[in-house]
Amino acid sequence: MTRIITPLAAGAALLLLGGCELGAKQSTQTGFRGAGLEQIVDVSEIKEAAEIPAAPYPLPPDGGPTAGQSYQNIKVLSGLSKERFDHLMAEMNQWVAPPAQGCSYCHNPENMASDEKYTKIVARRMLQMTQTVNSRWASHVKQTGVTCYTCHRGNPVPEYKWAIAEGTPTPGTILRNKHGQNTPNQNVGYASLPYDPFATYLAGRSQIRVASSSAFPSSKHIVSIKDAEKSYGLMMHVSGALGVNCTYCHNSQSFRAWNLSSAQRGTAYYGIRMVRNINEDYITSLQSVFPAYRKGPRGDPYKVNCTTCHQGVSKPLGGVSMIAEAPVLRGVAPAETPAGAAAVPAAFAKPAAMTGRK
Amino acid sequence: MALLSFERKYRVRGGTLIGGDLFDFWVGPFYVGFFGVTTAICASLGTALIFYAASLGDTWNPWLISIAPPDISYGLGLAPLREGGFYQIITICAIGAFVSWALRQAEICRKLGIGYHVPFAFGFAIFAYVSLVVIRPWLLGAWGFGFPYGIFSHLDWVSNTGYQYLHFHYNPAHMIAVSFFFVTGGALAFHGALVLSAVNVAPGETVKSPEYEDAFFRDTIGYSIGTLGIHRLGLFLALSAGFWSAVCIIISGPLWTRGWPEWWTWWLNLPIWS
Repeated sequence: MTRIITPLAAGAALLLLGGCELGAKQSTQTGFRGAGLEQIVDVSEIKEAAEIPAAPYPLPPDGGPTAGQSYQNIKVLSGLSKERFDHLMAEMNQWVAPPAQGCSYCHNPENMASDEKYTKIVARRMLQMTQTVNSRWASHVKQTGVTCYTCHRGNPVPEYKWAIAEGTPTPGTILRNKHGQNTPNQNVGYASLPYDPFATYLAGRSQIRVASSSAFPSSKHIVSIKDAEKSYGLMMHVSGALGVNCTYCHNSQSFRAWNLSSAQRGTAYYGIRMVRNINEDYITSLQSVFPAYRKGPRGDPYKVNCTTCHQGVSKPLGGVSMIAEAPVLRGVAPAETPAGAAAVPAAFAKPAAMTGRK
Repeated sequence: MALLSFERKYRVRGGTLIGGDLFDFWVGPFYVGFFGVTTAICASLGTALIFYAASLGDTWNPWLISIAPPDISYGLGLAPLREGGFYQIITICAIGAFVSWALRQAEICRKLGIGYHVPFAFGFAIFAYVSLVVIRPWLLGAWGFGFPYGIFSHLDWVSNTGYQYLHFHYNPAHMIAVSFFFVTGGALAFHGALVLSAVNVAPGETVKSPEYEDAFFRDTIGYSIGTLGIHRLGLFLALSAGFWSAVCIIISGPLWTRGWPEWWTWWLNLPIWS
């Protein structure tokens, strides 16, 4: 009996270890000591930040005739100097357009001013979007800023995007209808949670917060368990997109209390609002411009979520700022900083102080 | 407490693990022994340090007092007393007291000539504690990964550590441990209920023998594990609960860093259907 059981047990133990991460670990403390606020990552699992492409040619000095004076049909960047405008076009060529098509991905090479290609309409709107992100949403993107490359990474359509899911084919019956949950899905970290939090929270403006203001149930605060799970699903998406766990932002003593949360939660709060702004004003507004093959199964254009920029790292592109290569993308609007946002970056330096007992 | 008449003949010298006759005597009903003395020293020093460290904190509210481990930056070294050093000494005292107590149990077993089942069982509780404050922190490379000594603060630690793996209920060892805890409770309830049903008989009737108890379970589920067997089963279930609890936290971090739901992708990725 023992002769069978011992090798069987040893084999089972080895098999179990096969499911483990045996490599070296790296840990970071994100709150007061002993509170269990930390990040532990397997070194081999850390996503390498994407390479930053070299500039097509050095940024020319500003000045000289403007793009508006030099070219026809300039609507967004007419005040930019022609030299800088040409440089930005070369960058967009490198960051977004497929190499085989180059400029003609958006432009008619016979008539560069023509708006006949849908891609040019989209690109113009995306320039406005990038300027808005860098100016209005400095609370999220800080001074690092974003460029086309932050999302596109050399692809005409960013790799990570979402559209409204096809949904169950027979919504009227309970047969084979899993109500959008109980299916291992990467969006929600393979848990049984509702796996499409995007339509609700990143296109719509549904309330993410589910914690009540009072300890006991009240008629003023009715949030179903399904709502709480949906909210949890969105958080799983954020976690996966940034390659962090819940305690990167939250102290689970109270997911709601800001004074227990880390400064990163503030950044994420503005990020979620930024994504809603992008999806509503800059992508959904292009609904009629996109051709059918650029839309999802329900006919809505592909939209952004946290993964679109972050791609598994807490700071997109490893925190490298490319905005100096395209200064016009900083936008023209004065950076209106929402209250409290200025205090956030300083707090990053001392994580323990953020959640320390006062 | 009166000394039972049969107890006197077991109160003999010898059977100690170390120290020979040192402290080999009783005080009232209590056996002292070398390890009784070390238990007392470690427990009183540790308790005194808890009170002293608490006095340096900002509250005397018993729910909120917390003595926290050092920052992770101290690694596997010693920290200044007020920045986790007290925690480290208290941990050493606690382990000293718990292990001494188990060894004192072993000495009493030797004097009585009985098996070591009790210290063995207590050893699993010690193992669970040591897993949390020594084995896992050591594997992760910093004593700061231990849980803080405070009523609410240790619960915060449990919660936050669980959320580091997004959804701890997907931890396979946690699943096994929770199942054993439930079965332990169930088995104890069945056993207690069965014993009471056999001995709480109507006035004038005689207490029913174990054959009745066996017959009840044979009629119900076709099998009775028996009077001795139920205690073996109970010990196995309870120790398994503690053992798998220790395993579930040791693997969280040292052997798995991502969300626990993601661990199950090995099943989705089996070559049979993927």
